[in-house]
Amino acid sequence: MISRILTVTAATAFMLAMTGASVKAGGNLFVYNWTDYTSPDLIAKFEKETGIKVTVDTYDSNETLLAKLKSDSAGYDIVVVTSDFVPIFIDQRLIQKVDAATMPGFGNIETRWQNPAWDKGNAYTVPYHWGITAYAVNTKYIKEPADSLALLFDPPPQAKGKIGMLAAASEVMSLAELYLGLSPCQTDPAAMKAVYTLLEKQAPSVKVYSSDGIIDREASGETWIHQIWNGDSARARANNPDIKFVFPKEGAVGWMDNIAIPAGAKDVENAKLFMQFMLRPENSGLSANFTHYASAITGSTAFFDADMKAAPELQVPPDLKIAFTPTCPEAAIKLMDRVWTRLRR
Amino acid sequence: MSGEPTRRDRALLLATPALATIVVLMLLPMAIALAASFLTSTPYGGVTRPFTGASYVRFLYDRDLDDVLVFDTTYLRIFARSFIQAVLATACCLVIGLPLAWYMATRPPRLRQGLVLLVTIPFWTNLLIRTYCWVLLLRDQGLVNQVLQGSGLTQAPITFLYSDGAVLLGLVYASLPFMVLPIYAALEKLDPRLIEAAYDLYAGRWAILKTIVWPLAKPGAAAGTLMVFVPALGAFLAPDILGGGKTLMIGSLIQQQFSTARDWSFGAALSMILMTFVLGALMWHARQRSGRVLP
Repeated sequence: MISRILTVTAATAFMLAMTGASVKAGGNLFVYNWTDYTSPDLIAKFEKETGIKVTVDTYDSNETLLAKLKSDSAGYDIVVVTSDFVPIFIDQRLIQKVDAATMPGFGNIETRWQNPAWDKGNAYTVPYHWGITAYAVNTKYIKEPADSLALLFDPPPQAKGKIGMLAAASEVMSLAELYLGLSPCQTDPAAMKAVYTLLEKQAPSVKVYSSDGIIDREASGETWIHQIWNGDSARARANNPDIKFVFPKEGAVGWMDNIAIPAGAKDVENAKLFMQFMLRPENSGLSANFTHYASAITGSTAFFDADMKAAPELQVPPDLKIAFTPTCPEAAIKLMDRVWTRLRR
Repeated sequence: MSGEPTRRDRALLLATPALATIVVLMLLPMAIALAASFLTSTPYGGVTRPFTGASYVRFLYDRDLDDVLVFDTTYLRIFARSFIQAVLATACCLVIGLPLAWYMATRPPRLRQGLVLLVTIPFWTNLLIRTYCWVLLLRDQGLVNQVLQGSGLTQAPITFLYSDGAVLLGLVYASLPFMVLPIYAALEKLDPRLIEAAYDLYAGRWAILKTIVWPLAKPGAAAGTLMVFVPALGAFLAPDILGGGKTLMIGSLIQQQFSTARDWSFGAALSMILMTFVLGALMWHARQRSGRVLP
């Protein structure tokens, strides 16, 4: 909500900038994407190639997207949905079938990302970017070997008040469940009690639960250990070389953002063009240079900037256990909310 | 009944826009929220039948993590915290606002206009941005700590942010104009000759404040108190940004129900309970005032 209001300003400025671009007669494309997650160069390239005029609007959570698409009047042609929400959007008939497997360029998707668990046969979506959630440390202050989630959940005394956690219950809980060796989306109250005990013990060390301004907090030394997405960690490191992303031995939480077309899209053909455009390695690579997240398109790394090619945050060890969060059932969401509220009562 | 509109008809006609506004923008949404609070939440947001009072029961009795229904103070604690913060914010605004309004009201008319403009200048910038600015000022590497350390007053940075104190500061900062302006409006009309007369009659400064200034400022202060207290009780920005999400206040709790928890019914019930609290406070306030008028 908060970052959304801020970014409306940014989005407006962006749109104003876009109107200056040369426009061929090709219709419109309304894109609804996460905040700070759409490369202006990419959009300019797409507009130039197709003559389609693109308008970008942004949101800050899957819940916002869900509420917006449920209200029918959204008017977007392209949305970006995170993997654990894709089944909900399909189930609620909010996004339409595109049979991506028949699209030109579908073969460019790395085989491990084809036919994903959240969208069997890629009937509805194609990949946008993917990443993992773990934590980053500031090596100037944290000298302990950082290889385990224990450093985040059971921090050493000198890091008290220097820990940052993400703001969403689901993000905090799924990493905690991984640390405790539990499967995600627990519906067992006893297991969630263990999660609660862990988080309650960690709470006095936590400075802030917030998903806004993480890069700034880590880079400035305001927090020394912060739960973080790997792309954000790369951006924090660009401002402060002491920031190191940790691949924990317990594993990390994985997610994939996916391009989809809302059920009520006005310009389905333009939207499909955009999907195909994003399946091309040079475009996905261009996009990655802005978002700092990994691409699922074969050959896109060839189009990465030098610093993206070298980014240690994106060199995911092949033996790392990546736990993709499935769509949690209602009972699990209720339990999570109970733990989350109790933790901060 | 006749062709000529009567005086009454005309009055009714003139009142229609106001009545329509009240019905469409206030009563109708409240009725929807009331209905939602007695319905059952659907998994992905929204409400459906059957009708139930479960959301209200949950406010006091919750299944604990062992899945036993027990009396639970979680939500009461969150309400109490918000209530205390709102009372403190109102008190701080009153303490700062009254002398400020008095100072403004006693300046020459031209200067007064300039001062009123100064008080309203913060409204030109979005509250969200102003609240974020406090983060930049108060954080460990922020301006305040740099000044304190640069002047040698402190050695290590003081942690101001992400505390109840920071939230209170944010609430006071955001609400202060709403306290100053009504008091100023009340005091501006004060006839200075009353004070001269009081001095002539050997009244001390304290007596003048107590028997002349305060009674005249009181209606303004009462309006200011309402305008500060009610929004502060449901405030969302300051607790979220300056509190660092570590402790919940009512506003964030309700927001959470409509977003991540996707429990619209409980969110609506919380809003209804909050509204009942506010209405109760207002009625108590009104009775107190009317009680004092009667000798």
